[in-house]
Amino acid sequence: MGSVSVIDQLKKTQILELLEQGKRIDGRALDEPREITIEINAIPKANGSARVRLGDSEVLCGVKIQPDKPFPDMGDKGIFMCTAELLPLSHSTVETGPPQAPVIELARVVDRGIRESHMVDVSQLVIEKDKSVVGVFADIVVIDYDGNLFDACSYSATAALLTSKTPKWTMVDDTITLVDGEESPLPTTTIPVSVTMGKIGNHIIVDPNGDEWDSMDARITITSDSDGNIVALQKGGSDGFTLEEINQCGDTSVRVGAKIREIIKAAQKGSQ
Amino acid sequence: MGGRDATMVLLDENGIRCDGRKVDETRRIMIKAGGLKNADGSAYIEFGDNKILVGVFGPRDVHPKHMSDTDTGILRVRYHMEPFSVGERKRPAPSRREIEISKVIKEALEPAVMLEKFPRTAVDVFIEVLQADGGTRCAALTAASVALADAGIPMRDMVAAVASGKVADTIILDVNNEEDQAGQADMPVGYMPSLEKITLLQIDGVLTPEEYKKCVQVGVDGCKQVYELQKKALKDKYFGNGGD
Repeated sequence: MGSVSVIDQLKKTQILELLEQGKRIDGRALDEPREITIEINAIPKANGSARVRLGDSEVLCGVKIQPDKPFPDMGDKGIFMCTAELLPLSHSTVETGPPQAPVIELARVVDRGIRESHMVDVSQLVIEKDKSVVGVFADIVVIDYDGNLFDACSYSATAALLTSKTPKWTMVDDTITLVDGEESPLPTTTIPVSVTMGKIGNHIIVDPNGDEWDSMDARITITSDSDGNIVALQKGGSDGFTLEEINQCGDTSVRVGAKIREIIKAAQKGSQ
Repeated sequence: MGGRDATMVLLDENGIRCDGRKVDETRRIMIKAGGLKNADGSAYIEFGDNKILVGVFGPRDVHPKHMSDTDTGILRVRYHMEPFSVGERKRPAPSRREIEISKVIKEALEPAVMLEKFPRTAVDVFIEVLQADGGTRCAALTAASVALADAGIPMRDMVAAVASGKVADTIILDVNNEEDQAGQADMPVGYMPSLEKITLLQIDGVLTPEEYKKCVQVGVDGCKQVYELQKKALKDKYFGNGGD
């Protein structure tokens, strides 16, 4: 393990020295995300799916839509749930077994960004009030790792949900019955986009790659919706941000997020 | 998985199966060696509508330490299905079925891998079923062999696998999901063609002793077809059109 930390320290020094000159280790501008590629409907058996590459990070989201029981206090709303898992083939350090804190945080941050934007209109997902509703499950798996899984996962879930087809169910004699051949797009209201920024020294960079991720002092993930409102935020890492930095990150997330939203929209159009 | 259709014709009067195949024909098979950045070796297979990704790590240190063996390396296999890989969402935690299949695939691969060359280490094989459509264990075993070879781990042979079975009183090759649900027998076969050894064999269903022998033969012959595609996938990666 000793040699690993030496390499990390050298890399961190190099990344910091480059940043002092306004440069990044892979040549990007400070506020420039890596290339994003989106493959819609990668899993035809799912109701919606998207395989997303963000640089060399690769994730796959599959959406399953099926009847479910409503939560006791929310009988007039459908269910939306988003999970994320690091597959052990994504990196040599990932272990099988119950998820560790960083993976739980990843799943919850991605879920919160989509949930708080009210992207999925759960009020339209009721089969019979208080009895039966439609559940939408967006399960994300990480296939390859090179930093910033928050955004890769968020884009795959958003793209998969946008292109999901909802089957139709009705109540016939108190049993849920599938109406054959009637599918409609999943009701959505907005397109949430998360933008994750890392802080190294006093420098803030958008979409840190794997090496930058290992060198970060702190990070912040901000999700904005189609109207340019900020809908969710998560700060992480063991350093802090100044008020000025927080304001700057808010502006950057909305501006960069708007560009990424166009990429997601283009992928959605391309699939129709 | 879709409900059983009692009226479905599994085999018509011309010997054509429900998906248009002949009795001795496999589904479309596409194997790709490599593809993952972090894994030491990897492979992707599309076997009909099955889509399976395999990553291999090792030989590497064993954690937990007490699992290590001073005389030989150990092989660990995890077969796992994504929640969205099947008709009804599968709960993410490993099921008893996945644990059994992991063990069966591990024991099918062990004879092929020269683990004795790497004492005190582990080779980890991670199988991820992205989309399932019947016959995942055979497709997974086939891809796992290619991923192990891609990782450069010394092997005696590759294991090729395909299921044979019995449908409408006829022995067929490569049982699909509908045939598995409504057919009479399903026999997954894993086979090392160069060493002529069967390393995986299971049966679900009823066969006469004659049918049993024929079924094994059909499976073994199918494995030989799959074996050619495995070799081609490795040749394409290492001796592909880009030059030797």
